[in-house]
Amino acid sequence: MTSHAASDTAALTGRSLRHILRSPDTIITTAIMPVGLMLLFVFVFGGAIDTGSGVGAGGYIDYLLPGILLITIASGISYTAYRLFLDMQGGIVERFQSMPIARSSVLWAHVLTSLVANLVSLVLVVGVALLMGFRSGAGALAWLAVAGVLVLFILALTWIAVIPGLTAKTVDGASAFSYPLIFLPFLSSAFVPTDSMPGPVRWFAENQPVTSIVNSIRALLAQQPVGAELWIALAWCLGILVVAALAATAIYRRKVG
Amino acid sequence: MTAVTREGPAIRVSGIRKSYKKLPVLKGVDLEVERGSIVALLGSNGAGKTTLVKILATLLTADAGTATVDGIDVATQPARVREAISLTGQFAAVDDKLTGRENLVLVGRLRHVDDPGTVADRLLERFALTEAGGRVASTYSGGMRRRLDIAMSLIGDPKVVFLDEPTTGLDPEARLEVWRTVTQLAASGTTVLLTTQYLEEAEQLADRIAILHRGRIIVNGTLAELKALLPPVQREYVERQPSLEDVFFALTGKRDSADDTEGNPS
Ligand SMILES: Nc1ncnc2c1ncn2[C@@H]1O[C@H](COP(=O)(O)OP(=O)(O)OP(=O)(O)O)[C@@H](O)[C@H]1O
Ligand SMILES: [Mg+2]
Repeated sequence: MTSHAASDTAALTGRSLRHILRSPDTIITTAIMPVGLMLLFVFVFGGAIDTGSGVGAGGYIDYLLPGILLITIASGISYTAYRLFLDMQGGIVERFQSMPIARSSVLWAHVLTSLVANLVSLVLVVGVALLMGFRSGAGALAWLAVAGVLVLFILALTWIAVIPGLTAKTVDGASAFSYPLIFLPFLSSAFVPTDSMPGPVRWFAENQPVTSIVNSIRALLAQQPVGAELWIALAWCLGILVVAALAATAIYRRKVG
Repeated sequence: MTAVTREGPAIRVSGIRKSYKKLPVLKGVDLEVERGSIVALLGSNGAGKTTLVKILATLLTADAGTATVDGIDVATQPARVREAISLTGQFAAVDDKLTGRENLVLVGRLRHVDDPGTVADRLLERFALTEAGGRVASTYSGGMRRRLDIAMSLIGDPKVVFLDEPTTGLDPEARLEVWRTVTQLAASGTTVLLTTQYLEEAEQLADRIAILHRGRIIVNGTLAELKALLPPVQREYVERQPSLEDVFFALTGKRDSADDTEGNPS
């Protein structure tokens, strides 16, 4: 049975990717909010925000983009929960579970689909950012590192999204969990440097995962030394990933027996 | 695919119990289904038909009792049971966003058949869906969805097929089509356990009929055997052949009060 795990997952991933291809609006919707924020912050607030020195030669958009990318992922994974929720509601998962397929392939298919969909949304957002003047002189290796961090972040949030996708009672419940995740970047170094924030807020901002991830990506794109921040970012992503994946798998097992 | 034929009945259920929280639904169900036969599990809303089918299809675990399908225990070897069965649930489990053909190919790939495309085309033809095969399933009528649903269940030639209320919500013509399919299935050696609330359906299709009532199988026999259960005194006053409906209500006692007010002899 486990020997089929890969081919079963591939078949089911193909299925949900087809869903997305047939209604690409979810990918576009995912990109709209971050693009809107980007426009707002660059053209309305940007002039008034002092990001301090050492931010690189580019404008505010270079400073802003890493946080915008994380917001894109945070809003993208609400569709992951939504798709999984709809699947669990309909009879189709039950059909799959009564077939001789690898049990975990249903979940893995959703996780891989989420990864692909989010990457496409990210490419869209980076494309708009380039049009708005974002520039980076980062080399292939740095971009690869950025992609790696983003992939880890997508996977970590995707496994979090699987939990409401499996347990929610309503469609709204399945996607509402992502609002606080979308909000987290605002309480981080994503939009303004943390040292401008009042005490407790600053403490929170400096010690929550988004700040270290944003700072790492920002440094990589600005060709600056990344330092320990990158390891903290990776530790956060991996930690969340492992905990959420274990919890989600346990819930799934209990649910489908 | 149907290489090894094991001895014994296709389905054997003994002493199965199942409660949801504190609500007891199955209170010791015993049932045997012979290989290649069609058995109708008859019961009113909430009788526990779906619950029993889900236990047999390895989707639920029973609280007590044992059940084997094709000689394999559903509780201890669910993975092997899944190789032998297929389930058409009470609510059509097709993927609305995929075309009819894509639905079939998907199941073919998941069942690891050699050539999913050819299998899909053959089934589309058999179920008169060839023309609709390229359309997404959300555009299908209720009858077409049900046909697709059943077609998906036949991929990989399962030995035992569970059909949970296969004709609920279908118009008479679509119902006849499903009936023909079920008869063909059994003719080709597949064992069929179907649930239904329609007495007529059980009467038409089934070799044997089992009535599930208050958590137990209260009768299990051929149509003739069931009709013989009617109290003779009542039979004198009934001009037409007693239908299964008469048997059902006589056994479950649900029409008693109505009979009294109508002043029928009892
Ligand atoms: N997941 C569940 N949790 C709690 N109660 C349930 C659950 N599933 C079914 N029940 C209850 O168990 C009883 C039997 O349900 P089941 O679906 O097996 O009946 P059924 O014979 O298939 O009915 P129907 O003809 O309406 O499909 C019903 O009273 C139902 O409300
Ligand atoms: Mg039912």
